[in-house]
Amino acid sequence: MSYSVTVQELIDQLGRLPGIGPKSAQRVAFYLLKAPPEDALRLSRAIAEAKEKVSFCDRCFNLSEGGEECAICRDPRRESRLLCVVEDSQDIVAVERTQEFRGRYHVLQGAFSPIDGIGVDQLRVKELMTRVGEEDVEEVIVATNPNLEGEATAALLVKYLKPMGVRVTRLASGLPVGGDLEYADELTLGRALEGRQLLDAGDD
Amino acid sequence: MSLYRDQAVVLRAWKLGEADRIISLHTLDHGKVRGVGKGVRRTRSKFGSRLEPLSHVSIQLYRGRGDLDTITQVETIDRFGSLRADPDRFARAEAMLEAVEQVAQDREPDRALHMMLVRALSTLDRNDSALVMAGFFLKLLAHEGLQPQLDECVSCGAGEPLEAIDFNEGGVLCRNCRSGRPLSFEALQLLRRILGGDLGGVLAESTGPATGEVDLLATAILEHHLERRLRSVAVMDQTPG
Repeated sequence: MSYSVTVQELIDQLGRLPGIGPKSAQRVAFYLLKAPPEDALRLSRAIAEAKEKVSFCDRCFNLSEGGEECAICRDPRRESRLLCVVEDSQDIVAVERTQEFRGRYHVLQGAFSPIDGIGVDQLRVKELMTRVGEEDVEEVIVATNPNLEGEATAALLVKYLKPMGVRVTRLASGLPVGGDLEYADELTLGRALEGRQLLDAGDD
Repeated sequence: MSLYRDQAVVLRAWKLGEADRIISLHTLDHGKVRGVGKGVRRTRSKFGSRLEPLSHVSIQLYRGRGDLDTITQVETIDRFGSLRADPDRFARAEAMLEAVEQVAQDREPDRALHMMLVRALSTLDRNDSALVMAGFFLKLLAHEGLQPQLDECVSCGAGEPLEAIDFNEGGVLCRNCRSGRPLSFEALQLLRRILGGDLGGVLAESTGPATGEVDLLATAILEHHLERRLRSVAVMDQTPG
């Protein structure tokens, strides 16, 4: 038996969402059909409203609500000499949670991955270079993921930012807080050794 | 339904579910294999870092019922560190992985192909020559029995001068029969040396005027036979602004 056109359309549209296969799409569709009308309408309103109000910031390409620039770019208390470069908007939330960073951000909207056809043109590198040239940025902190693509992205940014005479730093990699040394993999432990911190110079 | 050990180069990785990855591997004894790395995206994963593309690893897999084997242990043999620190060489290395991913067959052992890939990656890791990738592509074509005919005109059998190369015809052409794209004498010499077993000698020399031509040609021939474009190559010459 096949579903009516309307139900099938709902299932097809749900099935296009990431991580939702045909079977999950069916399950969600039937949940929505059984749910009280106001529940389903609330969802559809939330989607419509988010699509209408949220766009990408003209300056940093973070998600922005109501306006051309995002809340962080508009905030005058943010230090403009520090610029933290991340792959996606979600990463800004992660860095913000640390409450350690008071500078501004730049979202690349992806990572350098030739095999997926993602190169300089697909990333917001040109816009980053324009910002570094025009704003009073003193330090660019590369906060891309510590994986293959993230590291390659960092190398790519160094290549283009080097001639601009700006200080470029990379997030440190090391041991997770609350972990055990004996369970660390050799690569992470090696990086932690490489980037070790001075506790006492021992010269007094 | 058993455990097996092998050596492999990690070709590609895709996210799977919450914290897993599907890893495409080219192994020494089992050909191209797809495996699941369980929980490798978690920060607590012991071998997540070892399963990134462009790694040469020693690996243990569990062969289950399905298409996907389960990766149970991984040790690094070589990470090709310099390739990761140089965006241009990184793109070339990924192009080689992409080509192997396209050419290799699932679970068809191909030791020669595996050794070729490992050698090409380690050569590129030490040598910045633009011809490493081109040389690998040409050797890959030869390995598949698709190398261009370079000795005489494929149409009439005439000798020098040979002035053009046509992929549909399968090789070089003389002045009278020429079709396809023009080919310089220097580039023809380079192609002959690379396919004739002197890739090492070619790489040791400084880059000549025909290097760029051979680089483009090798990619074009491979793309012609694959019947698709290599995405990594399309990304290579991009510059911002």
